[in-house]
Amino acid sequence: MARIDLKELAHSYMAMPSGPEDYALRRMDHTWEDGGAYALLGPSGCGKTTLLNIISGLVKPSEGQVLFNGQEVTRLEPEHRNIAQVFQFPVIYDTMTVRQNLGFPLKNRGMEPSYIQERVETVADMLGLTESLDRKAVGLGADEKQKISMGRGLVREDVGAVLFDEPLTVIDPHMKWQLRRKLKELHETLDLTLIYVTHDQIEALTFADKVVVLYGGKVVQLGTPQELFEEPAHTFVGYFIGSPGMNFMDCRLDNGAAVVDGHRIDLAEGVADRAPGDAKQLELGIRPEFLRFADEGEEGVPANVDDIRDLGNFQIVTVTMGDGRRLQLKMDEEKAVPSSDNARLVFPPQWTKLYADSELVG
Amino acid sequence: MTLSLDHVRKVVNGQPHIYDLSLTVKPGSFNVLLGLTLAGKTSTMRLMAGLDKPTSGRVVVNDRDVTGVPVQKRNVAMVYQQFINYPAMTVFDNIASPLKIARISKTEIRERVHHEAERLHIEHLLDRLPGELSGGQQQRVAMARALVRDVELLLMDEPLVNLDYKLREELREEMSEIFRERDSIVVYATTDPMEALTLGGNTAVLDRGRLVQYGATPEVYHRPDSIPVTQVFSDPPMNILDGDISDDGLTFGGGERFQPPDHFRDLPHGRYRIGIRPSHVKVNPQTDVDLPIEGNVDVAEVTGSETFIHMRRGNSEWVVQDDGVHEYHLGDKLTVYVDPAHLFAFGDDDSLVASPGARSAHAA
Repeated sequence: MARIDLKELAHSYMAMPSGPEDYALRRMDHTWEDGGAYALLGPSGCGKTTLLNIISGLVKPSEGQVLFNGQEVTRLEPEHRNIAQVFQFPVIYDTMTVRQNLGFPLKNRGMEPSYIQERVETVADMLGLTESLDRKAVGLGADEKQKISMGRGLVREDVGAVLFDEPLTVIDPHMKWQLRRKLKELHETLDLTLIYVTHDQIEALTFADKVVVLYGGKVVQLGTPQELFEEPAHTFVGYFIGSPGMNFMDCRLDNGAAVVDGHRIDLAEGVADRAPGDAKQLELGIRPEFLRFADEGEEGVPANVDDIRDLGNFQIVTVTMGDGRRLQLKMDEEKAVPSSDNARLVFPPQWTKLYADSELVG
Repeated sequence: MTLSLDHVRKVVNGQPHIYDLSLTVKPGSFNVLLGLTLAGKTSTMRLMAGLDKPTSGRVVVNDRDVTGVPVQKRNVAMVYQQFINYPAMTVFDNIASPLKIARISKTEIRERVHHEAERLHIEHLLDRLPGELSGGQQQRVAMARALVRDVELLLMDEPLVNLDYKLREELREEMSEIFRERDSIVVYATTDPMEALTLGGNTAVLDRGRLVQYGATPEVYHRPDSIPVTQVFSDPPMNILDGDISDDGLTFGGGERFQPPDHFRDLPHGRYRIGIRPSHVKVNPQTDVDLPIEGNVDVAEVTGSETFIHMRRGNSEWVVQDDGVHEYHLGDKLTVYVDPAHLFAFGDDDSLVASPGARSAHAA
């Protein structure tokens, strides 16, 4: 197991990078705790795969260092790093049995047969592969094969970290539940450092203790799922996490409150005072889960109800404010939506966030 | 046009891929084929398109039997998972290609390409090559090429599956706009229940080569005909528990007996399978009549806004989906609550015998 330090790490695929835009990965300093489950989350091209490849050793960073337990490994090849990797598609030997596949990394390292057997059976038990241990891999389905790939990643007790590169891509939604749950249980029992790359927020959020959100080669937030949801540090995090993402509105400030379309919207205590005076753009952000309709007799910002969509166990309501701005509310399936002509919106100050040039003010 | 599959079967190398399937889709309708991998979604589409001939049964278009009429002779377009475009042609020429083959005038081609590109928000990319575009943009081009022809039948086989989560969300939001006011029949295959709900229209649920339910999408979700539908059209799948009704009341999932809810009133005594959606199992009671269920936690998954708790009680496994952050760990004791008004009951043959009352009017 290992703690991973990234020291002044940056990477450009160009020989002579001239500005920040030439970097696939902008400079970062992070310590990832031993035994933590980390997810690297972001859209294609955000740098998450580059970062994973730097940690695994497939890519040598152009600047900075990577340390495992305080030992520099920046220039070491993957096979000398004591890591295991699980890829998007199952990488297994079809002609071998499940048992031989799982034991392969151990056999390769010359481990005792009795140890291999014990270890393979432990891992198979955890992944629900015990029944098929002596079957050939060739006849198995994609999800079973991917379980074997995961098992091979987890079979060595001496690895510093296990890296997963979008491992659930080929898996059916209902199997994803089971595999994700297996991974989470394995993490709780084995106490391994796990690093998981994905573009799927649900996978990242449910798997990880800490999520590293990457955007344009930059880490825009590193936090717990709850922090990313409740306190997005950047408008991109607000947009990317949550479905639908955060509502944003341009605003100006007046006497401690935000003003949108001529309506005053209260912010949490002291937030307006912390806004930088030279900000080019001020925005209010509120999640569809926190925006709500006013109760009987309660004040609120008038809005028109445009659309109500039944999405099973919740509904998405689209409303338009006086200036044509569209906002979305996510509501329980059984909550009543007011009729269009007397809808009023309430922005709870605790959940109404102020952003200056895309960065969270408070 | 109206398209019907009439008792269609497909057997490949002795293996049945589609069992006796009958389905009629109406002009201008949007139809989702929902099923897991290998459920028969692609096989069904290929039969509809005329790419494959059924082993038995008929394909009928506007009362005309077209079984065996090849795809070239039908007015059909297909969009695939992979982004298929001509790499050496500009986006304009890619979209225009089916019109050029149809020998349509240059002015009309230009007009139609621009119109379609505008609707799919790729007008600014018309001079680029596909290789210069992102995955989402490439799939928009493939879709524009399919749409520009005014086909009678448009088949889309998991078109968003290779896109990033957020792009997928954006495109499926737009999709209902794009297909509004079209006469074509659209058939859209997906494994994702949320995608089906967002797209709306009608949903046909496929399970291992069989059509198990077809109807208006929200209706199928809220009133699943059988247990297979509750497993395919719900993410996470509905909790299904063994239970029975006797003189002493209702029990399920190894719990205590209690008075059955009103909508179970007419059920005779006997064994049932009882269904409850994860979103209707909560950590705190919601009503006075909620039933407490005690169990042990396997794992809790926190998404930031909600928590999925996997727990077990005796032999029964439960998934709980509740708002907010709830921290639990392996082995923790936990009591969760079920409102009996939300229970479903299924009979011996897995078919629905009782479901929660009609939903309130606002969500219809």
